[in-house]
Amino acid sequence: MSKINLLQAINQALDSTLAQNDLAICFGEDVGHFGGVFRATSHLQEKYGKQRCFNTPLTEQGIIGFANGAAAQGMTAIAEIQFADYIFPAFDQIVNESAKFRYRSGNEFNVGSLTIRTPYGGGINGAHYHSQSPEAYFTHTPGLKIVVPRNPYQAKGLLLASIRDPNPIIFFEPKKLYRASVGEVPDEDYELPLGKGEVLREGTDITLVAWGAQVEAIEKAADMAAEQGISCELIDLRTLLPWDRDLLALSVKKTGRLIINHEAPKTSGFGAEIAAAIQEECFLYLESPIIRVTGLDTPFPLALEKEYMPDALKTFEAIKASMTF
Amino acid sequence: MTDKRKTDALIVHRPVFIDSSQLSIPTLRILKDDGTLYPDASLPDIDEALALKIYDTFLFIRALDERMLASQRQGRISFYMTETGEEAADIGSTAALTADDMIMAQYREQGALAFRGFSLDQFMNQIFSNELDLGKGRQMPIHYGSQALNYMTISSPLGTQIPQATGYAFALKTQNKPNCVICYFGEGAASEGDFHAALNMAGVFKVPVIFFCRNNGYAISTPAHEQFAGDGIASRGVGYGIKTLRVDGNDVLAVLKATQEARKMAVEQHEPVLIEAMTYRLGAHSSSDDPSGYRNKSEEETWRAKCPVLRFKLWLIAQGWWDEDKEEHHKQAHRTAIMGAMKKAEKIPAPTLEDLFSDVYDTPPWHLQEQYDALKAHIRKYPDAYPKTSWRLDHE
Repeated sequence: MSKINLLQAINQALDSTLAQNDLAICFGEDVGHFGGVFRATSHLQEKYGKQRCFNTPLTEQGIIGFANGAAAQGMTAIAEIQFADYIFPAFDQIVNESAKFRYRSGNEFNVGSLTIRTPYGGGINGAHYHSQSPEAYFTHTPGLKIVVPRNPYQAKGLLLASIRDPNPIIFFEPKKLYRASVGEVPDEDYELPLGKGEVLREGTDITLVAWGAQVEAIEKAADMAAEQGISCELIDLRTLLPWDRDLLALSVKKTGRLIINHEAPKTSGFGAEIAAAIQEECFLYLESPIIRVTGLDTPFPLALEKEYMPDALKTFEAIKASMTF
Repeated sequence: MTDKRKTDALIVHRPVFIDSSQLSIPTLRILKDDGTLYPDASLPDIDEALALKIYDTFLFIRALDERMLASQRQGRISFYMTETGEEAADIGSTAALTADDMIMAQYREQGALAFRGFSLDQFMNQIFSNELDLGKGRQMPIHYGSQALNYMTISSPLGTQIPQATGYAFALKTQNKPNCVICYFGEGAASEGDFHAALNMAGVFKVPVIFFCRNNGYAISTPAHEQFAGDGIASRGVGYGIKTLRVDGNDVLAVLKATQEARKMAVEQHEPVLIEAMTYRLGAHSSSDDPSGYRNKSEEETWRAKCPVLRFKLWLIAQGWWDEDKEEHHKQAHRTAIMGAMKKAEKIPAPTLEDLFSDVYDTPPWHLQEQYDALKAHIRKYPDAYPKTSWRLDHE
């Protein structure tokens, strides 16, 4: 066990992958000698050489197209998109190609050994193009898996599982927590299961669900609620596609109330999918409407970032509204 | 020089604008229209067996395209695309490769697949999207693929396979495999961003890939002069630092020669190569298109006279390897076989309901399993509405 931050945990997962798997390669913009703009790939080129960890030209559609080809040949392709905001030029390669590769070929070919890592989310004065949370664009795409860790322990375990999973995965890294989130992480290799949520705190009155950096907001809101005698059950979803509906439904059947928190805009955000599915599953158990505390239906702003964010206070208000419905 | 590690750049003191006309790219041609060779031409590596295999593939594809287009007109299949006029380009280039070189095609390269040995039944099963189709009936007709034959499954989005070819070739190089990728695309697809990404990356990474552009003059209704203002596609290769060659795409010997040389550079020196084959799309873009709305018959006739199949046939006859009797016999044999295979494929059932859900992931997650179960229950309730699958739901 060592106390490391989220970036170091990612670096460890990549390091151990490259060490064990000769077919693994890491690439993207500034990923090589420089080690990435966030330093997630620090020292990997030094250790494994330019054929294993390298810079690409500045072209997101090229990076993912290249990654699809390398993965189709059998390489373990770990592609980095510098910011999730810049994943859109590769949208076609991801949605029309990566996601459908196995299906359309009748399993003659696949890109299951592809993992796309990308920093996402607000909190760093990033405004429109260094703050987005585009997960819902991808959860609407059969064939992909979507994973979001919230701390260093998860980041390492979920990234190793993602790299080894035989399906293409987008791994969204909460950049706000890259250095801010520090925790105990086993030095050795381990995996955390994909498709499984985690109950962080048991409670009886209301269920709060979030993922990635927003887990912090629901934790704080739950602390505030506890002072008023409200017992919150907290769930970190960890994987958005396929997501752990059963875990969440079990919790909501117990508490009868649900608040979903995510940073992305509200309309057609992943919260809408959760709300609809839980309503179908738990109709007779719900004692109040499911509430979504989310980003606003605006582009991500600069000066008014704090106002935009679905923070603990907004979540706390939602808890009270749900409890007094 | 734009490489900052080099400081010996040529400097001028008055503005000098460079123009693409200063870059003169010749066209390689070996065979004349009458089937004789240009006197100074050097033949590709070819013997009688290879020559006849190429030619028989020409005849097979002509027969297949003709019959399938007619079947689409009769409503027996939903969609088709012919490669008439372009047989020399894809078949001649594939003939220069080894069987374990990867082919990544656009959609008008069924000849390459036939040359590799895709069986007539396999073609038919895909076209009729029956349960024996390797693609499990999921994609439109002509979206072929075969792992055994190193032919990457076709997809409709244009140009997406080009950067994939670069990545695949990088993987071959990393693993020291003595192979290359050939990546086919049309001159229209070369306008996609993926073309730029792919050639730039291949130039930087120095990977064993042959980018093979079929410049047939049209992208559906759009003529090439509305597609680009430069000197075709070949002139771009140079800008990416890629070895480039333009070839007469209706001259199979020239295509074979060009691709043999390209393969050597790609595999032995890890030099990516761009080949632009100048040809003409003699047929419609697809069974959903009518070219009479955008081009005239006399242009088509000009190109019909430059038929790649006829040109090669004349050469074969001059070699003493072919004659009209053989021609008639082979044509008839292909037609008969195609009719038989078609009737057989039509009778093979559609894929099972399970094939609708499998392969989205390596194993179906809970939500797909739920949807599968719900759909099965629904079909059991209304079996007459879903005759393709209901008849054997309970026998799976």
